[in-house]
Amino acid sequence: MIFDYETLRLIWWVLIGALFIGFALTDGFDMGVGALLPALGRNDEERRVLINTVGPHWDGNQVWFILAGGAIFAAWPLVYAAAFSGFYFALLLVLFALILRPVGFEYRSKLPTPGWRQFWDWALFAGSAVPALVFGVAFGNLLLGVPFEFDADLRSHYSGSFFALLNPFALVTGLVSLAMLTMHGATYLQLRTEGPLQDRARHAARIAALVAGLLFALAGLWLSFGIDGFRIVSSAAHDAPSNPLAKTVAKVAGAWLDNYRTHAWMVLAPVLGFLGLAGVLLFSSRHRPVPAFVASALAITGIILTAGFSLFPFVMPSSLSPASSLTLWDATSSQRTLMLMFWATVVLLPIVLLYTIWAYRAMRGKVTVEQIREQHRSAY
Amino acid sequence: MVTESVVDISRLQFAATAMYHFLFVPLTLGLSFLLAIMESVYVMTGRQVYKDMTRFWGKLFGINFAMGVATGITMEFQFGTNWAYYSHYVGDIFGAPLAIEGLMAFFLESTFIGLFFFGWDRLGQLQHLVVTWLVAVGSSLSALWILIANGWMQNPVGATFNPATMRMELASFTDLLLNPVAQVKFVHTVAAGYVTGSLFVLGISAWYMLKGRDLPFARRSFAIAAGFGLASVLSVIVLGDESGYTLGDVQRVKLAAIEAAWDTEPPPASFTLFGLPDQDKMQTTAAVRIPWVMGLIATRSADKEVTGIKDLIAQHEQRVRGGIVAYKALTQLRAGDTSHDARAQFAAHQQDLGYGLLLKRYAPDVVDASDAQIRQAARDTIPRVAPLFWTFRVMVAAGFFMLFVFVAAFYYCARRLAGEKKWLLRLALWSIPLPWLAAETGWFVAEYGRQPWAIGEVLPTSLATSSLTFSDVALSLGGFVLFYTLLLLVDLYLMFKYARLGPSSLGTGRYHLETAAARAAG
Repeated sequence: MIFDYETLRLIWWVLIGALFIGFALTDGFDMGVGALLPALGRNDEERRVLINTVGPHWDGNQVWFILAGGAIFAAWPLVYAAAFSGFYFALLLVLFALILRPVGFEYRSKLPTPGWRQFWDWALFAGSAVPALVFGVAFGNLLLGVPFEFDADLRSHYSGSFFALLNPFALVTGLVSLAMLTMHGATYLQLRTEGPLQDRARHAARIAALVAGLLFALAGLWLSFGIDGFRIVSSAAHDAPSNPLAKTVAKVAGAWLDNYRTHAWMVLAPVLGFLGLAGVLLFSSRHRPVPAFVASALAITGIILTAGFSLFPFVMPSSLSPASSLTLWDATSSQRTLMLMFWATVVLLPIVLLYTIWAYRAMRGKVTVEQIREQHRSAY
Repeated sequence: MVTESVVDISRLQFAATAMYHFLFVPLTLGLSFLLAIMESVYVMTGRQVYKDMTRFWGKLFGINFAMGVATGITMEFQFGTNWAYYSHYVGDIFGAPLAIEGLMAFFLESTFIGLFFFGWDRLGQLQHLVVTWLVAVGSSLSALWILIANGWMQNPVGATFNPATMRMELASFTDLLLNPVAQVKFVHTVAAGYVTGSLFVLGISAWYMLKGRDLPFARRSFAIAAGFGLASVLSVIVLGDESGYTLGDVQRVKLAAIEAAWDTEPPPASFTLFGLPDQDKMQTTAAVRIPWVMGLIATRSADKEVTGIKDLIAQHEQRVRGGIVAYKALTQLRAGDTSHDARAQFAAHQQDLGYGLLLKRYAPDVVDASDAQIRQAARDTIPRVAPLFWTFRVMVAAGFFMLFVFVAAFYYCARRLAGEKKWLLRLALWSIPLPWLAAETGWFVAEYGRQPWAIGEVLPTSLATSSLTFSDVALSLGGFVLFYTLLLLVDLYLMFKYARLGPSSLGTGRYHLETAAARAAG
């Protein structure tokens, strides 16, 4: 094996982070478009334009989400087990919302009835906005600590409730997520539409970027002064067999800022987030769709990295029994599995990226009302 | 402690969501290849009708595909939501094929499906053909990785238990990949999907022919479906996964249960065509037996025996006793006793650890189980026989009936008489539900027959669930059933609507409803 266990564990933290970012950058914009559907599309044809900008791509984009789930299962089985069973109804809410999307896209324009189409428009809105919100709520709860613990057999027990997840801090992080993905959708629409729709998208991008920036700043202040972080007091070696119970953890005020003190370069993540948001404001105002979209992507990357850096090396802290907290060192698969999955990712993901880029190139250009009229039978 | 009722309702939810999902998967598997074949003929001959066929059957494919994706999302996450201990206990092995499925197959299928629908005017002819083939290959590759994961649940090769992490860990990826149970399951399952797609096209084309509509379109669709379907149904039956039933103990139990083989017969065993299995008395009344057939099917030989249920229970009782020793040693190891003795005891008995865990239902500490509890645990290793016995026969009967339909369709197609045989067309139309019946009963046999194990001989289902309450799962199960049923109704409505419209729905102006409207107007 070319990497020792400790290095591999760090690599997998990076890879899973990369999958989350990949998901937010791709599926994020089609969720943003879905969330903007009622606000930007004033009639059936306009809404069809919006839907068809993502029509050929949403399905491939969604695989980032499925893959992130599979990768957590394979690389961090304890996180997969504890998080998904603990966040049971929140995850089911996301699943039900996501289920509305494939059928919404495919079935919406199969019948001409206005009521039918309006129903599916709202389904696409819910299917896009709800997951965007819940993902942020989940991250907020990770930062607060999740009420779960392991027994001696490493069976996880969760003692929270669905409604406890909807606390004020987590709602703020949820809205950060919703605002940033909406912004991403709006910058994407600047690329793919023209005329009044594009103008509305520019406007929406600026509002969303502003809201995301204010809430991101609020969450940052709250994180620094309002809530306690977690700190590892003692732990097993970083290459020991995965056993979360072999460490002690303390809850300490301001501990989520530890990493920024010891590794000052990590401050670049929130800086990137704010600069990206400012870029979206600037370039959307100046009719520069490509830089606006790139700025949006950078903003999202910065914001997600900020969450990851703050938590590091925690993945899922436990508020109920801090020693049960899961970290990237003690929640992983065996070295053999991590190595295998590393190779699978290194070989296959570049191929995926290549044909994804090819697919976007093949479908590039503006989507217009005229095109929708011409292809009214085959378009979404 | 997880209660039995939570285990039962979790199983019910998994079964329900998986069976809903598998209403859509086989049609995706089969239709994607038929689309690729039709488009290949179009590219080779340049005849417009084949492009129309690809686009029209593609429309029906799309309606079905959306439901396959929608119900599939649940499956990727349900291990974590409802089977958390399972996810911890075997995620090191089981997670890998699921993640690789996403990387290698689902990305491929999902990226190119968009180009299949939206790329007709954007891509060159050959490029689009490649896209269609990649969708087909992607969907079957997807099935490969899922069945490698599922095959491992039936026959968990290439893994060992690690006391330090309290879980199974990967020992050999090659063994996982080349698991013979997974390989036969893959062939059986994808071929069954190809049959589903073929019978779907065959039956609907037959309906157009009965109505006298769009005959050139319908006849060509019928012919392609008949040819592909015959080849596929032969693969399902000849390469059927009976050959997998002798591999691994779980498969042996399943075989004995399917056959209601209470006693080990001298080889080659007879096949019970019909009978009334009685599990309490361990006998089958009113049995009609065909000598030799079972032994030949199951072992592919005339001299190997099919182990009967009574003998299996006796063997398993010994393994439960071995499991107690393993569990005791494991407890010592976990408590920090790394003495040579504890390690040696564990090494000698670890293959029986799963059998020891079967006792947890009756004796939470395992080591203090009574003789009666041990015997009960051994009896628990045999699933209910009657449901397996019957569903297996329904599946096989449906399979052979479809073989007859495809042989007849192919024969009359070859003689260019298919359009005149009204009985054949009606038969094809009314046979459309059969592949679904066979697929659902087949999965029932495979997974109900795996009980009491979540992972064969390794992890009992009763230990595999999440720490949820009964009402949690009842609520989610209710939600799934309601939501899926509504979506299924919408799917069926659109499917019937577009199947009735036929190729006229393409708006080319060349097909029945449009030409009829033009005639009426003119």
